[in-house]
Amino acid sequence: MKVLSLIPVIAIGFLLIWAAQDFPEWGDVNSPASKAAVSNHFIGNTGVDTEVPNMVTAVLADYRGFDTMFETVVVFIAGMAVLAILKGSVKGNAKRKDHEVDNEPDLIVTNTVRLIIPVIQIFAFYVLAHGHVSPGGGFQGGVLMGASFILIALSWDLEKALSRFPVEKCMLVAALGILLYAGIGLLSMFLGGEFLDYAELEKVLPVSREMARYHAMLGVEIGVGFTVTAIMFVLYANLASEGRLKEGL
Amino acid sequence: MIGLELFNTFILLLLVVAAVASLWVKDLLVSAVVFGVYSFLMCLLWAEMGAVDVAFTEATVGAGISTVVLVATIFNLRRKSND
Repeated sequence: MKVLSLIPVIAIGFLLIWAAQDFPEWGDVNSPASKAAVSNHFIGNTGVDTEVPNMVTAVLADYRGFDTMFETVVVFIAGMAVLAILKGSVKGNAKRKDHEVDNEPDLIVTNTVRLIIPVIQIFAFYVLAHGHVSPGGGFQGGVLMGASFILIALSWDLEKALSRFPVEKCMLVAALGILLYAGIGLLSMFLGGEFLDYAELEKVLPVSREMARYHAMLGVEIGVGFTVTAIMFVLYANLASEGRLKEGL
Repeated sequence: MIGLELFNTFILLLLVVAAVASLWVKDLLVSAVVFGVYSFLMCLLWAEMGAVDVAFTEATVGAGISTVVLVATIFNLRRKSND
């Protein structure tokens, strides 16, 4: 069976490598991607429309804001699915795994983590808030923030991390993130524009239309960051403890 | 320029090795860690090509969180693969 499945794998791999010869040169100005009207529109107009230097953030959070909103919803649904499947899947106290030990948390590990976590969290806020200007944004900042809670769970135990950020609060924060994103979209709709048409927010913000889009992008990135932070931690907490939410790794 | 070509070739070769190795090994824990290595090499390639946003996402999500989640899952399973 293994040999049989190897034959189509090699055949398809050969086809893919063969087809890759037709790719345009990397950075070729005459390639279809560089010549397309839509990419030239983004390159030419992002700075004028939104005053955001990082084009990637502007495309993700503004021009394709609808897409990013449902990406955030997908992350939320993933967290809910893991909760729904794992919660109560193991009845009572299942047998102890051999990696579950009663030792005290290691002194060196916990003290190192004590020093590292504030740095990670401040860096997460920087990545989130600076996403317009430099690489970064809601997803990356949220994952970094979630990772800091996972680090607590890894170096002490899951209960310590859950006492800081219980699963109920996680789901509340995750839902709030999507609410913030959709709320900014709805607000711009009520102010006379279309859904997620941030420029209309100039009527409530004391800034120009371009800067309204700039600040609304920060708002939706914060929403994405909330959801991703909470869901990353929920995923880890449930998977590490089979949904029992205690002991963990 | 020739240096970049060399770098790309080296990373791509390592990438293929990591991809095959993560499928080949029987121990799922080793497989998950090698998969994290694969993600990190991908991140290096994207950073070199100038897609820094994608590289950043790959470094945090691919090499960071998904490795942790995979390891967390494997600790609750049998470590050996039958395949």
